[in-house]
Formats: sequence, structure tokens, C-alpha cells
Amino acid sequence: MHELSVTESMLGVVLRHAQANNATKVTRINMVMGEMSTVMEDSVRFYFEIIGKDTIAQDAELNFRHTKLITKCKECGKEFEVVEYDFTCPECKGTSTEIISGREFQVESIEIS
Amino acid sequence: MEIEVLEGVFDANEIIAKENRALLDREGAFMINLMASPGAGKTSVIMKTLEGVSGDLNCAVIEGDIAGKVDSERIAAAGVPAIQINTGGSCHLEAKQINHALNHLNLEGVDLVIVENVGNLVCPAEFKLGEDLKVMILSVAEGHDKPLKYPLMFSECHVLIVNKIDLIPHTDFDVEELETTVLKMNPGVVIFRVSCRTSEGLDYWTTWLKKRIRG
Repeated sequence: MHELSVTESMLGVVLRHAQANNATKVTRINMVMGEMSTVMEDSVRFYFEIIGKDTIAQDAELNFRHTKLITKCKECGKEFEVVEYDFTCPECKGTSTEIISGREFQVESIEIS
Repeated sequence: MEIEVLEGVFDANEIIAKENRALLDREGAFMINLMASPGAGKTSVIMKTLEGVSGDLNCAVIEGDIAGKVDSERIAAAGVPAIQINTGGSCHLEAKQINHALNHLNLEGVDLVIVENVGNLVCPAEFKLGEDLKVMILSVAEGHDKPLKYPLMFSECHVLIVNKIDLIPHTDFDVEELETTVLKMNPGVVIFRVSCRTSEGLDYWTTWLKKRIRG
């Protein structure tokens, strides 16, 4: 539902980095999207086509790398994949964990010419 | 040529959220970001909270809605300063809008700012506002199966208020199952069972909140 504003922010990040590197064209945008992100890839693509028009990022290929939800137990240090949002540590049954990946929605890199 | 960026799309919002945090710290005010579906009872919980802390805490309210000012009028009629933000179709509040509202509220002497987010269990969870506490409400009529459908919201909130518990006898709502599921997703969450209609359980919530703010 919030993909328009999210796509605007994404385009802003892309254009800022492209301009800082004197790009004339952005050919590819590599994104990282965590399992827990609420952003819909298809909607981002849809909005990007509209708002990317007439910018140097127009027609850039959007690539999404999806990351699984991985957490680290603060008690025993075990890293584990969270299945069905159960954050209980499978090793020590600890409940204090820290998310390592799966929350991100990030512009990882861009390819420019 | 490939350029490494490594910048989060929500980073810009988070920078403003931090500014809000600093502003609130300077003013000595605590802020709650209250989130729930439409009709879960956000405004009712706010009204009851204002009642429960009155005399102890000075409050202000920021109301976020897609359109209209019904909610802020309700709050203002109770004698509490309220600002209405109309998001004009947008499904959530962002830190920038809160920054604007905080700069328009007179925060002098205000201990607690309650932000009523737009009715939605998805998007508001992604946008930090600079709050001290993320509080979500789930009402009995919505069903106990919601946590796994809206995992981000349930795992991000610090407090879960289960509202409309007076309806439980008329439904299949399993409050124990709800709490077990939510605690697996979010072991640190504090859960209150309340009814704004009968006022049951609200004392626990407001007493806990006052303690949390005053230390």
C-alpha cells in the first residue's frame, strides 16, 4: 500500500548516488529485500516505471535479492532461520534475539554508464 | 560501472525520526505511536488513556487519518491539545509529518504525546516516527489469527492492547492462543487485555504507562 512513497525514496537514493558519480544513465538497480519487509516487489516495479520516466534511471533493470529472516540468540550466540515467526532459539530456547537479516529494504548497488 | 550504495530506503525517514526524538528529549516529552486496524478502538483507547493519566501527565495528541478531523475534534472537546494530520490517501504516517506537527504543538509542560497512526496493520510498522513506544491494538472482533498475517506489526510493537474483551463470550476468540503466538514472535512485548466499553483492564495499562514515563 505504501509502495509509491517507498519507490520515490528508492529513486531518490538511486539518483543521488548516480549524480554523485556523474552518471548519464542508470542501467541496473540492485535491491536487497528482507523476508519481513512489507514492501511488494511487483508494486515497486509498477511505480518505478511511472516515476522513473524522464529520469536517468528510466528503463533501468530492477533486480531484487531476497534475504531470509535470520536471527542470533543473545544468550547462546546461535544464528538461526526464523520459521513462522517463532523467534525462540532452537538450541537453548532463549527468547532474546537480534535480527541479522530479513528486515532490510536497501539499495545495494547501481550500475551506471 | 557498478557503484556500491548500501543505503536503506527508509534511512531518510529514520534520520527525521531521530530529529523528532531529539526534539522530544529536549522538551522532556514521551511519545507513543499507536497503531491498529480501522475500528480496533484507537481513539477510544486514547480517550480512556487521557482520562486515566489526567492529573498526573499533561498530554497532547497527533491524529493521523486519510481524511477528516472527527478524531481530533473528539480529543480537543476533552480539553487536550490535538493536531490533525490528513495524509490524503497515504496509508501511514511518516517522521516528516510528525516533525511538522511537533513544531506546531506547544510542547511546553507536555509529558506525553500520543500519535494515532492511520488505521492499517501493514505500512505504519515500517516507518519510525521517533517514538518511545510502539503500541498496537488488536480488537477481539478481528480474530486471534492476525499475528501471523501481519508479522511485522506484531513483532515490532512494545505493547499490545487487546481491546473489546467484553465481546469474548460472544466469539471464538482465543486470547491465550493469541498471546502464545505473539510472545513467540516478540518475547519482550507487554500485553494488556482491556475493554474501552466497560473500562475493564484499563487501569493496568495507564498505571504501567505512568510508571514507564515517570520511571
